[in-house]
Amino acid sequence: MNNIGVLMTCPMSEYLENQLENRFSLFKLWNHSSPKPDFLKTHSSSIKAVVGNTKIGADANMIDSLPNMEIVASYSVGLDKIDLGKCKEKGIKVTNTPDVLTDDVADLGIGLALAVLRKMCVCDRFVRSGNWINGDFGLASKFSGKSVGIVGLGRIGSAIAKRAEAFNCSISYHSRSKKPNTNYKYYSNIVDLAADCQILFVACALTEETHHIVNRKVIDALGPKGILINIGRGAHVDEPELVYALLEGRLGGAGLDVYENEPNVPEQLFSLENIVLVPHVGSDTEETSKAMADLVISNLEAHFKGMPLLTPVL
Amino acid sequence: MLDPHESPEPYDSFLARHAPFIRVLMTIGPSPISAEFLERLPVLELIVATSAGLNHIDLPACWSRGIVVTNASLAFAEDVADCAVGLLIDVLRRISAADRFVRGRLWPVKENYPLGFKLGGKRVGIVGLGSIGSEVAKRLLAFGCTIAYTSRNKKQSVSFPFYANVRDLAANSDVLVLCCALTKETYHMINKDVMVALGKDGVIINVGRGSLINEKELVQCLVGGDMGGAGLDVYENEPNVPKELFGLDNVVLSPHCAVMTPESFEA
Repeated sequence: MNNIGVLMTCPMSEYLENQLENRFSLFKLWNHSSPKPDFLKTHSSSIKAVVGNTKIGADANMIDSLPNMEIVASYSVGLDKIDLGKCKEKGIKVTNTPDVLTDDVADLGIGLALAVLRKMCVCDRFVRSGNWINGDFGLASKFSGKSVGIVGLGRIGSAIAKRAEAFNCSISYHSRSKKPNTNYKYYSNIVDLAADCQILFVACALTEETHHIVNRKVIDALGPKGILINIGRGAHVDEPELVYALLEGRLGGAGLDVYENEPNVPEQLFSLENIVLVPHVGSDTEETSKAMADLVISNLEAHFKGMPLLTPVL
Repeated sequence: MLDPHESPEPYDSFLARHAPFIRVLMTIGPSPISAEFLERLPVLELIVATSAGLNHIDLPACWSRGIVVTNASLAFAEDVADCAVGLLIDVLRRISAADRFVRGRLWPVKENYPLGFKLGGKRVGIVGLGSIGSEVAKRLLAFGCTIAYTSRNKKQSVSFPFYANVRDLAANSDVLVLCCALTKETYHMINKDVMVALGKDGVIINVGRGSLINEKELVQCLVGGDMGGAGLDVYENEPNVPKELFGLDNVVLSPHCAVMTPESFEA
């Protein structure tokens, strides 16, 4: 398969890069100084697969520039950076990396909630500054027993629920439709969910409907004692409204893994102690990165051998 | 809050000096509360036990003095367990370090951030399976960790694998969570031998007492890269924390506030 051209859109995993280089003819989009459209034109005929991620996927322009493209194998579970409509139209297969990263993302969500409520990062800064000599830290807020609301009860949302239950949290959720096999309380309206819970986790897919699903109304309903945890996509939350709410004390706190304009994070947040900011690391563990890369490779190999795809989306 | 263990003063004189004012006694762990001990606290009104059992307290002696005994173990145990789990996730997933990275405006500059480690599948060894240790176990099971423990005695009603000594537990664990009381037997129970047995990627979480660990040896191991990381709420000489730890990203430091939430005090 060494003559099959595979385009990697940006650096995402050294391990994946090496594996792709061993098996295919790998083109790295970021290494080419010529403008992307020109580069794509030059090599377009040999590129049959695109490996993208949450930063750069496969948009309409890219798909149009690669006439022999057969498959997009995304190093992510989210599909918001892929023009699925165009892929369907052209018969291009799409695969992603579900399941292997579910645990990591859920773990991070709970970790962020604990860090915000128990002020773990603030505590750590306090100790490292040497200020403990001058007096005790003071009180934080309890996590166990708080009411948890989850937006999107898919794989990741369910994994968050399972973990939160071990902390004696009550679970309720909002999604497009009520899920048949759960005892969790369902809210058809996200504002009502926010009003009734103390910690709100965003864990749904990013679509046109869920863009800015957490808006000012939801933030105000969550309120000055409420905490927002976003491990979905930055665009799920109206970021300027979130910043105002935090600065004005209308929202109790937030734990964020994703932002509307990564890697840029609103600077006004840097002085706040009731938030925790991490740089889109939801699935960034040694174990899961390797598992995701292996899944990408397996899907590509299956496709080019004419065998069934492991995790097809289209 | 008066903690004789945190005072350099000898226990007896510490107690005698504060006794006229002590109306509430909080017991952590199994330290016996005998009738003779109660006589040294003439204005005592309330004993709050944070241990699961009450059999170390001379209850008839309390009742005859009109001293109320309550068991708030669950409320405190939950908070301490939350702290332990929070520290573990923070160490493995580098949350505090990542927060520093973002606030330091490094994300646009450095693009990539070092990978952390998955919780699921980690073998967690709990040292002391009392009410706190049990709450820690319950939480970590939901993350896909496996649990084993060491304790003074094997617990008959518990199905987790039991190890008679902490070194064997460490040899079969990826993470140690210290939830036991500090006694003569448990003083410095976590020493270099145990850390070597735990291994180069091993993580220690301490929500018990600082002196459960030989702090000097811990610092050596961490600074030398011979351990995966540590999450500490307690230290041998609070509020002094070894400065060598301040530059390490695989260490998370908390100023002995595992029980410090208003909800716990109200409970």
